[in-house]
Formats: sequence, C-alpha cells, structure tokens
Amino acid sequence: MVITLSNVSFSYPEDPKRPVLDIPSWSLSKGEQVFVHGPSGGGKSTLLNILSGLLASTEGQVTILGQRLDKMSSRQRDRFRANHIGYVFQQFNLIPYLNAVDNIRLASQFSQTKKVSLVEQEIQQLLITLNMAQKDWQTPARNLSIGQQQRIAIARALINKPQLLIADEPTSSLDKVNRDAFMTLLMSIVGDNDISLLFVSHDLSLASYFNRVDALSDINRIKEEH
Amino acid sequence: MFAKLALQSLLDRKGSVVLSIMAMTVSIFVLLGVEHVRHQVKDSFSNTVSGTDLIVGARTGSLNLLLYSVFRIGSPTNNIHWQSFETIAANPKVKWAIPISLGDSHKGFRVLGTTRDYFEYFSYGKQRHLAFEQGEAFNDVFDVVLGSEVAKKLAYKLGDKVVLAHGVAETSFSLHDDRPFQIVGILKPTGTPVDQTLHVSLQGIEAIHIDWQHGVKIPGSALSQSEIEQADLQPKSITAFMLGLKSKIATFRVQREINQYTHEPMMAILPGVALSELWQMMRILENTLLLVSALVFVAACLGVSALLLSSIRERSREIQLLRAIGASPSFLFLLIELEAVFITLSSIVLGMGLLAGSLVLSQGYLLAHFGLHIESNVFTLHSLILVSAMAVASIVVAFIPSLIGYYQARTINK
Repeated sequence: MVITLSNVSFSYPEDPKRPVLDIPSWSLSKGEQVFVHGPSGGGKSTLLNILSGLLASTEGQVTILGQRLDKMSSRQRDRFRANHIGYVFQQFNLIPYLNAVDNIRLASQFSQTKKVSLVEQEIQQLLITLNMAQKDWQTPARNLSIGQQQRIAIARALINKPQLLIADEPTSSLDKVNRDAFMTLLMSIVGDNDISLLFVSHDLSLASYFNRVDALSDINRIKEEH
Repeated sequence: MFAKLALQSLLDRKGSVVLSIMAMTVSIFVLLGVEHVRHQVKDSFSNTVSGTDLIVGARTGSLNLLLYSVFRIGSPTNNIHWQSFETIAANPKVKWAIPISLGDSHKGFRVLGTTRDYFEYFSYGKQRHLAFEQGEAFNDVFDVVLGSEVAKKLAYKLGDKVVLAHGVAETSFSLHDDRPFQIVGILKPTGTPVDQTLHVSLQGIEAIHIDWQHGVKIPGSALSQSEIEQADLQPKSITAFMLGLKSKIATFRVQREINQYTHEPMMAILPGVALSELWQMMRILENTLLLVSALVFVAACLGVSALLLSSIRERSREIQLLRAIGASPSFLFLLIELEAVFITLSSIVLGMGLLAGSLVLSQGYLLAHFGLHIESNVFTLHSLILVSAMAVASIVVAFIPSLIGYYQARTINK
C-alpha cells in the first residue's frame, strides 16, 4: 500500500472541538491512480496536507509508503515529503522569479535521493520529455504560459522520482485544450514511471482518466469544513 | 541554490531592496566615517608632536597655545620677547629650544620662522625627525624650506622663488614681493602640519618686516638687499617656542618656573596633557556623533526588517510552495536571514567604497584647511570589527521577520 489511513481525525489546534476530517479507513495501492472529488470546503486540501506531512493528524494512523507519518517529527515529515512525494498545485506551482531549470533544481535540493551531478541531466531529460522548448528553459516562470508552467510543475514534482504524486486541482486554471493535454501528459508519465497518483478536483469530467474514483464525502465523515 | 534563491528573491523586489540598501549604505557610511575620522584625527593629532616636553607661549588657554603653535590653527593672543626666550633657553635643565614665529603665509600655507634647530630637534610620530627629500636647511636670510605638501601642491622645486604674504589669509594684498625667498630644501612627508608649512629663518621674518609698521609697508622705504643683510635682524619677539629638557623629571619644575616668570606673562604646557584635554572636550561630541550614527544604523536595520516582513506577506504562496517541496520552517528562517545578510553585505561594500572615495576626494581639503592627514584606507582592523558588529546587528534585527516567516511556514496550511 502506498497510503493507508486508519481512524484519522483532524481539527485545528485553535478550534479543537470542530473536527475537519474524520476518516475511519482509506487506502491507495501501488500504481493506482485515484481521483477524489468533492466540493470546496469539504476538507480536500486538509487531507492532502496530512498525506504530504505538512499537517500532523490529531488522531489515527497515517501510513505512507510503509512509514508512519503520525509518528514522525515535523522535520522528519519534511524530509520524507521531499524524498518520496511529488506535489502539483492548482496554481502558483512555481517560484515566479526563477527559471524552469532552477524551479526544478530547487525541489531536488531538499531531497537526499540523488547525486548533484545526475540532477542536471535529469532536469534536461524531463523538460525534453514534457515538450518544453529549450529556449524557454532559462525564462523566468512568470513569463511562461500557464500550460508551460504546469508542465514545469510536473517536472518539478517528478525530479526526485517520487512513489506518490499528489495533485491538488492542477487543471482548474487551464482551458479545455490545455487541460486535456495536461491530463494526457500526466497520466502517461505516472503510468510509465509506476507512480501512484492521488488527484483531487471538483471537476468530475476528469474522472474518466482514472481507474478509481472516490467522493470525499464517502471518505470523510465530517460533511462540511468550518 | 540556497544563496541563488535568496538573491533572485531580492532581485525580484529590486525597487524596495535598492532603497533599503541605499538607506543602510548611508548609515554605514556615516557610522564608519565618524569612527574612521575620529581615529585618524586622534592619530594625526597625537603624531603631530613628540619628544617636545613643553610648549611655551603668551598667556592664553592651553588648547589655544597647542593649536596655534603645533597645528597652525587659530591665532596667538600675543607674542613673547626674544629675551624671555633666551633666558629660558639658557636654563641648565633645557636641552634644546626651538623658537616659532608665525603670522605670514604663502598662497594659504602658513610660514614658520624658526632656527636650524627645528630640523635637528623637532620630532613627530614615534620620535621621528624631519628629513629632507631634496636640498637642506636654510642658511641664508632669504632661504625657505618647504613642507612636502606645499611643494607638491604648488609644484615647486629647488631654486624657485616664492613671495610671502603678510597675514594668514589665503588671498592677501600685503605681499612681501620685494623680498622673495629661494627654495633650498623640501622636506619628506610627515603626515603632520609640517607638510603644509614653509620654513624660513627668524632673520628672514625680521628682514621682510624691517620696513613695515602695523602690518603695512612704510611708504617710501626701499632698503636694498645688502642694506637688509647688514641690518640688525635679531628678532625682537616670537610667537612661541618648544622645549626639550635634559630630564623628564624636571618638566613640572621648568613649567612652574615659566608660569611664574616675572618679566613677562607666559605659560608652558605639556603637549600630551593639552591633547588629552582636547580629547576630553571632544569626547562628548564624539560620543554624541557615535550615538547618532549608531541610531541611524539601527533605523536602517529596522527598515530592512520591515522590508523583509512585508515581503513575507507578499510571499505566503511562495512559502507554501517551498514547504510542499520539502523546505522546513528552518529553511525559511535561514532564507530570510540570508536576504538580510545580502542587503547588509551589499550596503557594507557600498558604504566602505563610498567612504574610501569620499576620503580620497576630501583628503587634500582636510590637509590644507585643518592640517589633518586622514588615511583613505578604511580597511583597518578597527573598521572590520565595526563592520562585523554591524553585520551581526543586522542578523539579530532580521530575527523578527525570520521568526515570523518561520511561524508562518509552520502554520501556512491552516
């Protein structure tokens, strides 16, 4: 299993009586691509933050790639996230003043999984695979199109060869053409690299790309986030 | 990559960052400048005279006597009679005595009437004696020896003739143009007011004033060169004199004897004591200047801190992104600290460069007008310690935004 949640609950420390998440059980198998949909305010981002280790669950067991995140310190979770989890956001995926290469390289700085000499080669390889024209490699991210930015975001998420990729509404700011191109690219990359994908969106039309679709309301017993 | 990220982040906000760097550069310039000039002035003043046990002049304040006799700043209140000088110079406790006569000038540089003993006994710095770059001491009535800066600034060489002016104004209409002096020697640089001085014999001073009265040439008087040389050129009065004693133990006794000299009111001062009195007076001013400079620096540090703090608010998404790709809150803390360090280092480089440039440009002016030799090399151990302290201070002040960044990174996903 890549993800196993058991009796996980979460509430923010400043409002402990109002739980945001209450998940009795949920899991994601290796190589599985899961689409989780739900309305805004349903706790999607909180769930992703717990799975990536940005937040610690209040109760329960959070096991990612066989490691208990709920037992780790904040620093250990940061290291674990850098080494094993790729993350793609809805928008603001890149540091706007850094170019494509530096944005990708930055992610590799926090990981201890590979030698520095290999990183440059892999960055180039990823950018070529993602059809990024070489002339745009040194362009600051803010000067690139949204589509290009999202492709670089994928490259950045993949540079550390993660076993789990978390995507938080990455297509919501793309038009239909770019959205389809992005999804095709993403699915082919995770398929080729045997990466487990947890894709969260409110756009149900994307469900057809996935081999498993879950509604957040079926996972989380708390129906509305406060 | 860490440094590159901090640098690129600053470049991305170059407008406000440049303003912060400018503010900090000015504060570093002021703080280093005050400290550098303070030290240099102290060194310059302390090195101006050494080996002189007593300076004697007409009764006035000890500082005034020190300033006009040694630093050529200000004017004497009165002259002292030559006989008084001779009496005291003949004191068995006195090893040497150098008479000084001031009151004339040449193109803004002071003229000092003295004897050949000046070149033998006067010392500066660490007991360094005057040395000649070219030529030798004056022998004839109308010989003049130039300080190094006078020769350099006015491009004089041996054998050139110079005309002295009555009074010490930069532009004088009362010229002793009928009796020019010939340059017979040029002294090596000393970094003291000696460099700004023309040295002539006391007889030379007497000779150019022989047919003058009350600062004006007597109309119709036109003595020939031979008449002047045959005239009695024994000085009647001098401005002050310096004494070297055979034994330091006798210093206070000789000082008391001079101060109680009944034939003429005179005072003797110990140069070191007068200098320390000067520093005592200056200390309040120094400390005030230092405090103001330090406050300016603190204000600049707080400005940088405010800049970084406001940037954290603008960069909350960036912080979130960095956290998502594995950056720890400590990384964010160090990133903001590094940005503060970059701003401070840039300001230090600019501030020191600006200071060195300003000193190079103002060196001549300070030397000419105040007799102060200020080194343009600001890279001294003291300034490096000061700069290090400023860097540490900026790091400490940057703790505020860094800690806020740290806590924001910890709670970014709430």
